[in-house]
Amino acid sequence: MSAEFWIAQSFNGISYGALLFLLASGLSLIFGVMRIVNLAHGSYFMLGGYVGLTVALRTQSFVLACLAGAVAIALVGIGMERFFLRRLRGEVLGQVLMTIGFALIFQDLALLIWGGDPYTVPIPKLLTGTVRVGGAVFPIYRIFIVAVAVVVGLALWLAMDRTRVGAMIRAAVDDAEMAQGVGINVPRVSLAVFALGAGLAALGGVIGGGFLGVYPGADFEVLPYAFVVVIVGGLGSLPGAVAGSLLVGLLDNFGKALFPELSYFTLFAPMAIILALRPTGLFGRI
Amino acid sequence: MIRRRALLAAGVIAVLALIGPWLPAYPLTVLTQAVIFAILAMSLDVLLGYTGLSSLGHAAYFGVGAYVVAIMTTEHQMGLLACLAAGVALATLTAAVFGLFAIRATGTYFLMITLALGMVIWGLAYRWVSLTKGDNGIAGIPRPTLLGIELIAPVPFYYFCLACAVLAWVLMGLLVISPFGLGLRGIRGSEGRMQALGYNVWLHKYTAFVLSGVFGGFSGTLWAYYNGFVSPNDVQLVTSVETLLMVALGGSGTLIGPALGAGIIVFLRNFVSVYTKRWLLILGGVYIGVILFAPSGLVGALRGRRR
Repeated sequence: MSAEFWIAQSFNGISYGALLFLLASGLSLIFGVMRIVNLAHGSYFMLGGYVGLTVALRTQSFVLACLAGAVAIALVGIGMERFFLRRLRGEVLGQVLMTIGFALIFQDLALLIWGGDPYTVPIPKLLTGTVRVGGAVFPIYRIFIVAVAVVVGLALWLAMDRTRVGAMIRAAVDDAEMAQGVGINVPRVSLAVFALGAGLAALGGVIGGGFLGVYPGADFEVLPYAFVVVIVGGLGSLPGAVAGSLLVGLLDNFGKALFPELSYFTLFAPMAIILALRPTGLFGRI
Repeated sequence: MIRRRALLAAGVIAVLALIGPWLPAYPLTVLTQAVIFAILAMSLDVLLGYTGLSSLGHAAYFGVGAYVVAIMTTEHQMGLLACLAAGVALATLTAAVFGLFAIRATGTYFLMITLALGMVIWGLAYRWVSLTKGDNGIAGIPRPTLLGIELIAPVPFYYFCLACAVLAWVLMGLLVISPFGLGLRGIRGSEGRMQALGYNVWLHKYTAFVLSGVFGGFSGTLWAYYNGFVSPNDVQLVTSVETLLMVALGGSGTLIGPALGAGIIVFLRNFVSVYTKRWLLILGGVYIGVILFAPSGLVGALRGRRR
């Protein structure tokens, strides 16, 4: 195997990891603040892709598609959290069944609205084509995904680390009851985090729709990946989401390239080993 | 209380046994399917209802059992007993390995780990094409012969499955009322207290996890014979979650409730999908409705009313 193979596969893994970061960072924060196992998180990714697709086809604007997808799905998330999930605080099984119920409904509605054919979100001319560095070829769109993930990651880090709202979120992650006790409106923080997480997943869906496509079943396909990222990285940890995304992106890519028959095994088995050594994930504290 | 419930269950079993020959072919096959899923739902109830661990990967054992039967019958023409033994054994082994990872965790972590472990089996079913034929699945699994009796026709096969389900129900029923089962209930109530009383909590949970996998695998072996076809769909996350729904719908911690829940879901799935394409929409509504209106399940709701 040549050096080009390793470079190209590593880059593919990193760029897939970048997409996973968009999907999983929100899930991780939601976990951290609300301890909710949200099985509809993959649906946000898929619905975001579909909404983005429709907007991109109507307006020819990729930026508008990203915005519309993220905002629309953030609103869906707000509705779910406020009217259905909030009353299930602490009931793990109830949350699982409720969110899977929503996931099935979303899946069927998407099939009803957009049909069963796979689509690709049209991407701007600027982002097509490749860059050649030495012997290796890098698609510009994948570089763009990495850039978006870096920007989003930095923005999240700054917001969490340097702002008052971020401090409130971190307090709620550490101990929701104490945070409530010192006057933080935890339900409102939870709602905001849920909306942010849903919106980020949808943004991932629009951007991912540019090279993976949008199709029925994408929701349940990405969901386990998001879970593995969160498990490996640790609940509610932003650095954990970064490390987990990169690790999962690389493992998945090399697994598929080197051991195609065992590719999911090569993804989930290392996760099990990490868990056996560190039950709370790489960066988890709780 | 236990005696009255056992009598009621015996009555239900008698009715199920008597109506077999009188049912038309299609309702009978649906009933057979319900009986098989009843075993699966009861096996999850041992873990969820009695031990308090909600697993999101229960389809793994079901799938391992089903795939073992599929491969052994189509590639090696093995008999029923050998297939059942091998299917259950491999499912047990899977649960024994998974349990080592999963039992360390509690709550949401347990859910996520079992989800990921379940996906390992799905991934193998989907990708290990040389063994499992991948997405195409394995077709052409013949109906079995037991001690010279052919179980090919719907009625004998129905009786075979019913007998298996009754056997599984009796075994699991004995398990949950045994001192071990009471220990599990104690753990569900308060793990710390059981630890302080000197119980080996880890071993109790681990044993329950493995036993739950044993019966899950058992139902999977029957499913392969029933359906004549296995595919990665049998192992996917939705199957695991649907099993959780069966348990929650019927009422967890009652064994008979989850069996009832399995019956309801199987009948809904088969009959509603005849009339409408929007089955998923309805199923999603059922999930949400159960949580909003019957959080302790049908059996729980009935008991609550009686008091």
